[in-house]
Amino acid sequence: MAQIETHEYDVLVIGAGGAGLRAAIEASASGLSVGLVCKSLLGKAHTVMAEGGIAASLANVDQRDNWKVHFADTMRGGQYLNNWRMAELHAREAPERVRELEAWGALFDRTKDGRILQRNFGGHKYPRLAHVGDRTGLEMIRTLQDHGIHQGIEVHVECTITTLLKDDTRVAGGFGYDREKGRFKLFHAKAIILATGGIGRAYKITSNSWEYTGDGLALAYQAGADLMDMEFVQFHPTGMVWPPSVQGILVTESVRGEGGILLNKDGRRFMFEDIPELYRNQTADNEEEGWRYTQGDPDARRPPELLTRDHIARCIVREIKEGRASPHGGVYLDISWIKKRLPNAEEIIKKKLPSMYHQFKQLADIDITKEAMEVGPTTHYMMGGVRVDADTQMSTVPGLYAAGECAAGLHGANRLGGNSLSDLLVFGRRAGEHAARFAKEHGAARIDDKRVEEAASAVLKPFEPDGDPRGANPFQVQYDLQEMMQKLVGIVRKEDEMRQAVDELQKLRERAVRVRANGNREYNPGWHTALDLVNLLTVSQMIALAALERKESRGAHFREDYPNKSDTFGKCNIVVRKDADGRMAISRLPTSELRADLKLIVEEMK
Amino acid sequence: MITKATFGIWRGDARGGKFENYETRVSEGMVVLDAVHQIQAEQANDLAVRWNCKAGKCGSCSAEVNGNPKLMCMTRLSDLPLGKTTTIEPMRAFPLIRDLVTDVSWNFRVKKQIKKFKPRPPDAPDGTWRIAQEDVDRVQEFRKCIECFLCQDVCHVLREHHLHNEFIGPRYFVYAASLEMHPLDTENRLAELKKTQGIGLCNITKCCTKVCPENITITDNAIIPLKERVVDEFYDPIKKLFRMLKP
Ligand code: SF4
Ligand code: SF4
Ligand code: FES
Repeated sequence: MAQIETHEYDVLVIGAGGAGLRAAIEASASGLSVGLVCKSLLGKAHTVMAEGGIAASLANVDQRDNWKVHFADTMRGGQYLNNWRMAELHAREAPERVRELEAWGALFDRTKDGRILQRNFGGHKYPRLAHVGDRTGLEMIRTLQDHGIHQGIEVHVECTITTLLKDDTRVAGGFGYDREKGRFKLFHAKAIILATGGIGRAYKITSNSWEYTGDGLALAYQAGADLMDMEFVQFHPTGMVWPPSVQGILVTESVRGEGGILLNKDGRRFMFEDIPELYRNQTADNEEEGWRYTQGDPDARRPPELLTRDHIARCIVREIKEGRASPHGGVYLDISWIKKRLPNAEEIIKKKLPSMYHQFKQLADIDITKEAMEVGPTTHYMMGGVRVDADTQMSTVPGLYAAGECAAGLHGANRLGGNSLSDLLVFGRRAGEHAARFAKEHGAARIDDKRVEEAASAVLKPFEPDGDPRGANPFQVQYDLQEMMQKLVGIVRKEDEMRQAVDELQKLRERAVRVRANGNREYNPGWHTALDLVNLLTVSQMIALAALERKESRGAHFREDYPNKSDTFGKCNIVVRKDADGRMAISRLPTSELRADLKLIVEEMK
Repeated sequence: MITKATFGIWRGDARGGKFENYETRVSEGMVVLDAVHQIQAEQANDLAVRWNCKAGKCGSCSAEVNGNPKLMCMTRLSDLPLGKTTTIEPMRAFPLIRDLVTDVSWNFRVKKQIKKFKPRPPDAPDGTWRIAQEDVDRVQEFRKCIECFLCQDVCHVLREHHLHNEFIGPRYFVYAASLEMHPLDTENRLAELKKTQGIGLCNITKCCTKVCPENITITDNAIIPLKERVVDEFYDPIKKLFRMLKP
């Protein structure tokens, strides 16, 4: 058999963004041996890109805030499909997780009396996001990284796990390869935490990097775990649209939090035209009130630019479709207009949004203190993922945990901005704690050599594709998949297009088995892309099938053929799992009844 | 606008390599990383390159473009003389893995040697601290670092003199400064900076500052103040006496 480097850990964490790092820190703090597998270099994960902040009801800026309001906001944002227990734990524990980050060295912007400053964000009733300028994600990942390296966690950088191994029903380890030399690595582990992030690479226009190919979701699926809510893909309303090479790069919601407005080509502030019922009470109905809100007036209601992301993305698509797009097919996002209101606007913009200023200046020749940006929706976040127990984060496979973006439940049909970083911290920690407990309570599991051999030969397959001596170019297949998903399973969906997508996926799978990697195993991106394709195809299939099943429009899932919400679908989550014949099976899982006290909170804050 | 351009990309590994020329289409707004990706997708699937964010935020895509240390994702083709071949090669201060990818693991090992953050006791009974915004602003600059290691790449102490065992490099002086000047930190890192981390080897050429994509004033704001602190600590006669009495 091929040479394999073997490691043994109590807990193996796959993914080293915010959730993976937080989980690893927690598990190792309990004295266990922890291995951390990182697809890129340490500290480069997508968490770095998070700009806005961490949502936590610290109530430093507005004393009316507390966990209950945060809970109600999260449930409303998720259109009540959220796992309410996760939403509760998240809202209760987020403040403590933020304070802990400060104790580990993170430095947030401050209020006048020296506390952590909080900013406004879409869907949050009060200013709630702890932040530092517009680079909160960097501060967070660096803090976790720098804290983690002194804890004895063993980090395997540039390493990709391709298969999870099981001992009967429980998880027993992971098999993968390192990028540098293409060497095989086998990890024995008593418990495994998936923290692999999202699926953005399934779409053409995305804010996600090459890493986000749904690895954790596909690994869990192959291992027999349930997945849930896969139809809910968040398209962030504001990505860059010009020049073409930067299409999809994120423009933070903080631009709108600081007073930025959305305009169509006629200069009309179109967001005022369509305010959903659920939010009417909390939304300003005139520009003046909206402006006062962004400037911290506690009596003002939020401007419609701070409605939830799903809604704004759809309004933008409408403007574009109806012929009111900006020159490059987006809409305008203008922060420079605040100079009409504030004397030192230029300075404020540069101070509050330094990396946005930099990004537009360098990549698009646009000075955002002087001109409007052009923006359009970009694939940003997967609300769905591995179905987990709310308290422990364990999946339906014993010993297998998931946290962060690759877990489902907290966000329901739509995630609020800022709830992602807090999610990583709250549930990263919980997953770490409970995986450690599982590891302590269970002895070592056994790994079957035969399975390892199979995993190894699957990884080498792109070097010798079936039949065709030339094989297909993995980049081309990936590109065709992205085009197809963007077109057929994008922001606006309908039955016949999604059926077509399912057929196309079949053809793509046939092409994918014949992709060929040129060259050798040393740091070979063609080979890595070929391997990632397998996962991308699996998650794309889940998205398409789940989206077909949900015959209604809710949150991020919008169907032209079923434009309204339905009570039936409002009471169930869509679950995906591999059935006994190895086929992808879709089922409906009734949501559980909201606990009485939580129901009261939701009612009160309607 | 030119619609095609030629890129000379370093192909090879630790055993050796050479520039390989590729011609590819260029269009408005493209950056060097786009050209590399296009070449990779169409002509050289196994061309090794690191990237993540494509927005200058992760510090993965460092390379030398026409001999200048740059983030490939933030270097616009329109700023380069495309009439002649554009060379793209890996950072030269680190061992080559393959093509444009270098082994930067030394940096991560160095970081571990720097003593971790140690906060003063909380200011308030609820376990929180009170910090003035201006104290946050003071270190903000250092905390912007994206760990691209371009400063390490150009520093002659590493690049030419290979003193990797005695000198932690500008990135880690910035890191040490961000901790030393952290409003809550109580640790003292000056002894190591002087003895094992080689701050004295820096002769303030400022090459590091010039290449930093985050515009961190590495020399003036991080290194020089640290050097001053070291001097105060070790050459101040009163402190010296104090140290002799208190071993
Ligand atoms: S200023 Fe010092 S650290 Fe910076 S490049 Fe010159 S010698 Fe190196
Ligand atoms: S200090 Fe600047 S050049 Fe050096 S690693 Fe950090 S961001 Fe890069
Ligand atoms: S890809 Fe992240 S800095 Fe260039």
